[in-house]
Amino acid sequence: MSDVASATGDLRDTNLDGPALSARLGRVWGTRRGLLGALATVDHKIIGRRYIVTAFLFLFLGGLTALVMRLQLARPESGLVGPDTYNQLFTMHGSTMMFLFGVPIGEAMAVYLVPLMVGTRNIAFPRLNAFSYWVYLSGGLFLWVSFLLNIGPDVGWFAYVPLSGPEYSPGKRADTWAQMITFTELSGLAVAIEIIVTVLKQRAPGMTLDRIPVFVWALFVNSFIIVFALPAVMLASTFLILDRLVGTHLFNPAEGGDALLYQHLFWFFGHPEVYIIFLPGTAFVSAIIPTFARRETFGYLALVLSLIATGFLSFGLWVHHMFVTGLPQLGAAFFTASSMLIAIPNGLQIFCWIATLWDGRPVWRTPLLFVAGFFFIFVAGGLSGIMLASVPIDTQVHDTYFVVAHFHYVLIGGNVFPLIGAIYYWFPKFTGRLLSERLGAWNFWLTFVGFNVAFFPMHISGLMGMPRRVYTYGPEMGWGHLQLLSTAGALILFAGFLVFAWNVIASLRRGDVAGANPWNSGTLEWATASPPPPQNFDRIPLVTHREPLWAERGGLPVVTGLSVGHRELVVSSVAEAEPQLRETSPAPSIWPLAAAIAVGVTFIGSIFTPYAVLWGALPIAAALTGWFWPKTAAEDEE
Amino acid sequence: MSARGSARRALALGLALPLAGCTFVQSPLDPVSPQARDLLWLFWLFSAVLAAIWLAVMLALLASFRARRAETADPLAIDPRRERRATALVAGLTVATGLVVLVLTGLSYAGQRRLFGDEAARVTIRVIGHQWWWEVQYEDPEPSRGFTTANEIHVPVGVPVRLTLDSTDVIHSFWVPSLTGKQDLIPGRTNAIHFTAERPGLYRGQCAEFCGMQHAKMGLLVIAEDEESFDRWRRGQAAPRPEPGSDEARAGEAAFVAAPCSLCHQVRGTAAAGRNGPELTHVGSRRTLAAGTLPMSRGNLAAWIVDPHGIKPGVNMPLVRLDPDQLNTVSAYLEGLK
Ligand code: HEM
Ligand SMILES: [Cu+2]
Repeated sequence: MSDVASATGDLRDTNLDGPALSARLGRVWGTRRGLLGALATVDHKIIGRRYIVTAFLFLFLGGLTALVMRLQLARPESGLVGPDTYNQLFTMHGSTMMFLFGVPIGEAMAVYLVPLMVGTRNIAFPRLNAFSYWVYLSGGLFLWVSFLLNIGPDVGWFAYVPLSGPEYSPGKRADTWAQMITFTELSGLAVAIEIIVTVLKQRAPGMTLDRIPVFVWALFVNSFIIVFALPAVMLASTFLILDRLVGTHLFNPAEGGDALLYQHLFWFFGHPEVYIIFLPGTAFVSAIIPTFARRETFGYLALVLSLIATGFLSFGLWVHHMFVTGLPQLGAAFFTASSMLIAIPNGLQIFCWIATLWDGRPVWRTPLLFVAGFFFIFVAGGLSGIMLASVPIDTQVHDTYFVVAHFHYVLIGGNVFPLIGAIYYWFPKFTGRLLSERLGAWNFWLTFVGFNVAFFPMHISGLMGMPRRVYTYGPEMGWGHLQLLSTAGALILFAGFLVFAWNVIASLRRGDVAGANPWNSGTLEWATASPPPPQNFDRIPLVTHREPLWAERGGLPVVTGLSVGHRELVVSSVAEAEPQLRETSPAPSIWPLAAAIAVGVTFIGSIFTPYAVLWGALPIAAALTGWFWPKTAAEDEE
Repeated sequence: MSARGSARRALALGLALPLAGCTFVQSPLDPVSPQARDLLWLFWLFSAVLAAIWLAVMLALLASFRARRAETADPLAIDPRRERRATALVAGLTVATGLVVLVLTGLSYAGQRRLFGDEAARVTIRVIGHQWWWEVQYEDPEPSRGFTTANEIHVPVGVPVRLTLDSTDVIHSFWVPSLTGKQDLIPGRTNAIHFTAERPGLYRGQCAEFCGMQHAKMGLLVIAEDEESFDRWRRGQAAPRPEPGSDEARAGEAAFVAAPCSLCHQVRGTAAAGRNGPELTHVGSRRTLAAGTLPMSRGNLAAWIVDPHGIKPGVNMPLVRLDPDQLNTVSAYLEGLK
């Protein structure tokens, strides 16, 4: 009987049990050994791990550029780097941090964790996932190789026209910037769609909307922001490329174009962008707090609603980046109001988290330390943001070091601190080993102290009249001491990151073995082994509670009936997560890589000649044909 | 003006002027106009309210660290009464956040109205941004009283001044923090700011929107002086260049006009009528060179002409080779253009 079933590929998980089931599923879902296997894999955990490591590498590179800038500014009239290099440095720093670290890191963590947390076996559209990683990697490498070849962009991370236009930025520098944007948009959009579909259609049976972990909600809302925001910058960067390469005058005031149009397009994306960076931070915090407060989240509904509200509001604030461009006064005042409004959902989140801790019993492990650091820093940054939201105040502090201080408080406070905490939290899941707590404490205190010593004085530098993006300043300006202090802080901060890197490397081999659920957490990713097997779960869990592992002490109930002969997963209904279909999930394929290479070569070629788009169409079409070649897969079954 | 004010004025004049631009203020924390004072007041008000909120949140956070449940408690066990209380508290705090935000928005809007409200200006100056210097045009209904200068703006004390701002190349931003907030100079648009300087002195400003290679060295100086000095200065600037008084200066002028300098620079009263670079008719009367890069002196003039790209890399002024003799006379001539 079972022989017949396996011949038709219809051996079910009801026919097997224990290690036999595990091994069988592991073979079906596994990634083949060797280079080809590695390049063709579609396992969300392997791709997610690559994404995370790559994003951290870019964080490191971005950090190095910052360090050079800080050394240059440590004293007046320093000659460490000249204006040309300095302008490239801050452009590379900003672009790397925003596009190659900030956006991808949230998606990277989502790619790894969301399928586990919703109890499925792979992300939706796994080949697209592989493709998007390769595109992201090539975009990042392209930018950095250009920089090393001295054709790195030098127009700032928002590349305002006309400065970035054909007349004032001849050469290829601004083109490399614009094309890098297109790369990251492409991969960012792809991942956002994968996450949305995974959350909507692949949740484990029983995970109704109100049982979705806040972590997943945050990344789900984030994906929507990405889908709506990225097209605006795509338009901006494409128009820019057209102006530069094809000779249109979309942004050229002399020919009836409009320089401010670019700013509107850019910031319509650019403001949501900072929420795209912050929402993953809220996701990490929302996962860490209940685990270490030893109590379920207070105000689940309020948290979810405030995430959604943040998502909507984030699209109504972009003009606060343009308060000194001479907009109509009443219009500007409207954006003051909308910018301040976002303090309400953000405040609500903070209150709910504190209430969770309040009624709990905090366990002081490193992840919680970083969350405490997050509160300290992020709240300060959010409040200085309220000052910037005021049109009159902004006329004094806009484009000064005060702003530099503010956005590092929200970005590092809101994203990097929770992120490092999150790595301490999920490292055991990723690798099977715990990070060292002793090094963790060093890591935390160095980063925390270093951060504040580096960035707090910048508020004052700004108030003393120091604009941002200056490669040098005269001794008579009186900024020298504060700038030196900031540099000292930056060095301490950097030391903190080195401790972190050391901790990761050392713990990979020598860390304590973690087991499936080292922190006694409540969500599904902890229900499987650490690191999880290729199939994630031997049997798909049946979810009965928001914190399934806390509610089902005696072991999770499961659903059965999935094929173990081929890659099959459960498709469930949007609201109630009732199982609807058994669907076949795509197998590994080398074509996504081929398609990414074809797309990459085309985009890079297009910088040098518009005809590259024509020649490139051919290999791209070939790769896509290979990718989507009809397979004789069994029909999906009810 | 109060005794303290006049003492400060004496100090400013006594110290600052001889030091040729070395004592100045460039900080929103040092307001010298009703506009900048108002902005600073608003800034401190916001700071105080927001710092208090930050402190309160941190105290709540600290208090929340106390262990309030048993070590072995079920993480899903919730005391409904405590939960209700917490819900009420969180809801109340959220409403309070909304109220604070509402009040701050109102204060901000009122400040905005005051800042941008129309004021009858008695002096109107047009500022045009260039990579990387400021063109300054004093407008006057009577054309002979209008003139153009660069990088240094004089204003009378106590008189409302209006600046109109635009740009011929990229976006710049005009920011003299002691006088008022910044405003962008955008090609194809015209923006405006007003201020009334309350005390004589030197107020430095700097371009605040990244505008390319030498954004860092795009400074300017606003000199506020009593009305009498201002009028004297204005008459002087409107006049053509002073006749060269010495042989050296005459030779310098001849060399300047003959050399490519005159293709880009104007010296009214001579054949040099270029418009690409700063107008130099009275360059010797300014306190700094190359948009605040160097203090004005004969030596610095010579240094600038010999090596503009060493002093301000990327600058749009080509190196014009002059023989040592010409260099000498040209710098003497320029210094004499008071
Ligand atoms: C030997 C001949 C020249 C002399 C003596 C001369 C002198 C000067 C001086 C004294 C300044 C400083 C003005 C100020 O700070 O207000 C200056 C700046 C400038 N000059 Fe010239 N110049 C010469 C040739 C040129 C030429 C041929 C050009 C145009 C192609 C030019 C373009 C500029 C520009 C754009 C600046 C502004 C620099 C900045 O601050 O960023 N100059 N020049
Ligand atoms: Cu500028």
